[in-house]
Amino acid sequence: MPSLDLFLQPEIFLAWTSALKTVVILGIVLTMVAYSVWAERKVSAFIQDRIGPNRVGWAGLIQPIADGVKLLLKENFVPAGVNKFYFSIAPSLAMVPAILVLAVLPFGSTLFGVPMVIADLDIGVLWVFAVSSLGVYGIVLAGWASNSKYPFLGGIRSSSQMISYELSLGLSVIPVFMITGTLNLGEIVQYQVDNGWMVFPAWLQSGAGPLEITTDSGAMFGLSLEKSLLWIPMMISFVVFMIAMFAETNRVPFDLPEAEQELVGGYHTEYSSMRFALFFLGEYAAMIAGAGFIVTLFLGGWSLPFIPDGSQGWVWGLINIGVFFAKVAAIIFFFLWVRWTLPRFRFDQLMKLGWYVFFEVALVNIFITAGILAYLKS
Amino acid sequence: MATVVSRPKLSLLERSYFPAILGGLWITIKHFVKMTFGQTKVTMQYPEQKWDSAMPEWYRGAPTLVRDEHGRERCVACQLCEFICPPRAITIKPGELPEKDKWAKVEKYPRAFDIDMIRCIYCGLCEEVCPEQAIFLRKDYSITGLTRAEMVHDKEKLYELGGVMNGLVHKWNEKK
Repeated sequence: MPSLDLFLQPEIFLAWTSALKTVVILGIVLTMVAYSVWAERKVSAFIQDRIGPNRVGWAGLIQPIADGVKLLLKENFVPAGVNKFYFSIAPSLAMVPAILVLAVLPFGSTLFGVPMVIADLDIGVLWVFAVSSLGVYGIVLAGWASNSKYPFLGGIRSSSQMISYELSLGLSVIPVFMITGTLNLGEIVQYQVDNGWMVFPAWLQSGAGPLEITTDSGAMFGLSLEKSLLWIPMMISFVVFMIAMFAETNRVPFDLPEAEQELVGGYHTEYSSMRFALFFLGEYAAMIAGAGFIVTLFLGGWSLPFIPDGSQGWVWGLINIGVFFAKVAAIIFFFLWVRWTLPRFRFDQLMKLGWYVFFEVALVNIFITAGILAYLKS
Repeated sequence: MATVVSRPKLSLLERSYFPAILGGLWITIKHFVKMTFGQTKVTMQYPEQKWDSAMPEWYRGAPTLVRDEHGRERCVACQLCEFICPPRAITIKPGELPEKDKWAKVEKYPRAFDIDMIRCIYCGLCEEVCPEQAIFLRKDYSITGLTRAEMVHDKEKLYELGGVMNGLVHKWNEKK
């Protein structure tokens, strides 16, 4: 059949599979965004001994649609005195980077031989850092273009928060690359499949450890000396990275740009209707992308011990995708849980924490990792 | 005199925030888990659940008209309630009972009996003043409507809300 051959030509195959993956992943992530808003309300209610949304659909499950319709139907108000051009593009600038980050995240192993990542970049991690820090432009522009003091303060806070945290965010993942020796996110996941997750390196595909147990599938459970030594810097990295991610995604306890009690609404005070919704969605999309990034770097991505990857059959490929999103959901639950536990940091405390503590910890951690690697090599 | 507040000296572990953060997370997850398994008492879900069963017999809700166990309408259109009603919520149009009627010796009945529930203040004076035990304040307290006209209870609606009241004095019976 000539038409089928056309679809199987390498370039065209790449094009349509990528397009399909993009559509599917956007669908999944935007649904997750809508439902993480629902989850936020439900979790906050449960933690505060309330019931939460329960009117629209069973347990309020249709609430996100009702919210969306409400926001679409509202008047899109533009206050007098704003810089109209920047005021209009700022919401998109907040939304787009969060979505772009998804392009390099490996959300599954393979399905029918197609790798489950939209763009398998060798500089995947650099791409994430480069793009996700652009998100702050949306906030800064919104704050500045609104021509109003509270959004302005929010924008300023956002930019200074970013420079305090971007450094420790970047430095804290360097030990991961030193161990895996690659910047490609897919290969980092593959390393964790073979050598155990970064935060819990308790299973190995090969290697000799004092505590190892061999299972039928050939995978082994155990903790070698090498693993347990490298575990220490990995845990430090994980904690620093996680906390920096909270700051990066403007979550409590670092939600200073949108501190409601101090700044009314922060950078989006002057926004309404769908423009406001874009900020809102962008924030949650950034949360999901950040959670995906944490999962990929430290929690073994799509892998689960003793579960084969997609090369063993499409069922396993689907299970891998499910595992990835389950882990992302767990991290998001942690984000929500922390939000309803901790109070907000004061601004000088945040700067102090970023510059005096996490920057140094991340830097020292690199040298610890280098020392351990050198010791293991000798 | 300046008051010196002595700050407790924190250990290195305490200054790292981690014990406090973990303690806080433990508290919130306990609340979350208890709520998830339905062990937490929550606010009553009002329109679905109501306090009605806990309401006393003498509850002063909406005024209603009642029939007795013979099915006779108790009101004789004396208009005392109309006159005593402080916000003037009650309007009665009296009519004469036909001579053939079983209760002809009562002579009068209300042709129309309207209570404007926007005006009613639930004071209960109508019930107190009624010589015929015809008007009672029952337990309905959630009187709503979309228009002003809907908020005026006519005779039919008043009997529907009031229903039958047993154990009243029957002073118009044959032998009396």
